[in-house]
Amino acid sequence: MLHNLLLNIDAGTIDWSRAQFALTAIYHWLFVPLTLGLAVIMGIIETIYYRTQKRGDETAALFWKDTAKFWQKLFGINFAMGVATGIILEFEFGTNWSNYSWFVGDIFGAPLAVEGIVAFFMESTFVAVMFFGWNKVSRGFHLASTWLTGLGATISAWWILVANAWMQYPVGCEFNPDTMRNEMVSFAEVALSPFAVSKFCHTVTSAWIIGGIFCVGVCCWYLMKKRETKMALESMKIGAAVGLVAAVLAAATGHKSAQDVSRVQPMKLAAMEALYDGGTGQGLKLIEGIEVPYALSFMATNDFNGYVPGINDLLNGYTRPDGTREPSVDEKIEKGKQAIEALAAYRKAKAEGADEAAVDAQLSIIKANMKYFGYGYIKDKAQVVPPIAVNFWAFRIMVGLGCLFILFFAVVLAGAYGFPKQLWQKRDITALPAWHYWVAIALIPLGYIASESGWLVAEFGRQPWTIQDMLPTWAAVSDLQSGSVITTFFLFLVLFSTMLAVEISILLKQIKKGPDASHE
Amino acid sequence: MKKNSFAYRVFDLYYDGFKNMRLGRTLWAIILIKLFIIFVVLKIFFFPNFLKEHAEGDEAGYVATELTERGK
Repeated sequence: MLHNLLLNIDAGTIDWSRAQFALTAIYHWLFVPLTLGLAVIMGIIETIYYRTQKRGDETAALFWKDTAKFWQKLFGINFAMGVATGIILEFEFGTNWSNYSWFVGDIFGAPLAVEGIVAFFMESTFVAVMFFGWNKVSRGFHLASTWLTGLGATISAWWILVANAWMQYPVGCEFNPDTMRNEMVSFAEVALSPFAVSKFCHTVTSAWIIGGIFCVGVCCWYLMKKRETKMALESMKIGAAVGLVAAVLAAATGHKSAQDVSRVQPMKLAAMEALYDGGTGQGLKLIEGIEVPYALSFMATNDFNGYVPGINDLLNGYTRPDGTREPSVDEKIEKGKQAIEALAAYRKAKAEGADEAAVDAQLSIIKANMKYFGYGYIKDKAQVVPPIAVNFWAFRIMVGLGCLFILFFAVVLAGAYGFPKQLWQKRDITALPAWHYWVAIALIPLGYIASESGWLVAEFGRQPWTIQDMLPTWAAVSDLQSGSVITTFFLFLVLFSTMLAVEISILLKQIKKGPDASHE
Repeated sequence: MKKNSFAYRVFDLYYDGFKNMRLGRTLWAIILIKLFIIFVVLKIFFFPNFLKEHAEGDEAGYVATELTERGK
């Protein structure tokens, strides 16, 4: 085979390919959570419309119908802007990460294919009914379509997160050295991996928080402008309730996610905490120097005295409380090298038609060491330590803002319902000084910052692995010139920024028009 | 096509929906421009299938060589 082997991959290609993937994913994630979050809010509002109409209260029904149409319009703008932005990630896999794409085989292809089919049929069908069907289908069918649009988007998210979870915790597969692909041996194990379930629950509830923050922020703008007061107040109650429930659920699912990370990606957890030397009864750092005693052990193991390994423990190997031993990185590197050498020998033996015993011997070595295949590419054990500062601060920003959102939604909800009476008898949430509303509006970007910070923890925390323990970035990347990646990076930056500016501009225009403009 | 048939009602839903769109027209224009940029400009000119272009039909062999050589 005639091709030039790139024995020393250009560091620029790796870094720019990573930056490009991160840029695309970050922009894509600006559109997705609002779609998922607003889907729940508009579903609830239309359900209230449906029930009000059924009770025969025409005036109230008309109000809720206008309100539902208004939020659906904002949903539609965001949905239209987000459509297909995720496709570019798949292009990047094929061009920039070709070794990775081939190596993951059908494991990645299957969930993404299911996602594509579900997204196309479910979302395209029910979105059309939702927008075009107000006077064409029954109220019940329209309501079902609205919920099914949201459900379709959520199911899409499930399959994407299954694919992502597999990279973090590869299960349900077996490496085939003939095809050089990881082949799926259990679809159920991949699709229902506990890591994927936790990731899905945490990610979707965090998206609902963004829906809640956006809804409350928009309502506060109306209250500040003393417009659409009734719609703003009623929508705010729903947005804050969805946000509060979501924020509490996100905290609970985050706890479960931390335990999963502790079990399958302990280095990520150690980096998140900047924990160099682990042990039992570990405290959780609020910031460097201030910690909550025992909280890290509880977060990671559900036991206040649970053992949490630190970065040095993971590098040098350690013995768990149950007596089992985690090998050092040096030992894993040795096993990884054996797997790679055996792979080369296996393929050579097969190509030369060697006897079955010789081929099988190499195959046994590959299988025995495949778990640590990726460590064969590690030259210095420091390479397996993710960027600590990014993980440490991104985690704190996410958790800190999450706590702030719980408080915020609770206060908004209390204010909207005038609870407790003593506090609110002389105050009216629809007539507060303007700065109160500006605070709520300012929280909209903070919602996105919290959500993107969560992804920073998830993705920076697993560095250097594209597939945990199996393939580092420098083995996964294509033999490309960095110049072409840099060009497309800036092309995307311009494209996505333009799209974002267009979305914000259309959204603001429609918000300024208000719900009356929704009579189309 | 009978006016009360399922097929006609589906057709009517889309026909009327697209005909009466206002904001939707802008959004569809944006979607179509975006899809054109993604699938025609980006995919064809900037994101070729790397393995198809370099592996000469033997993707497994190419990746095997890449992964074993990079591990040395």
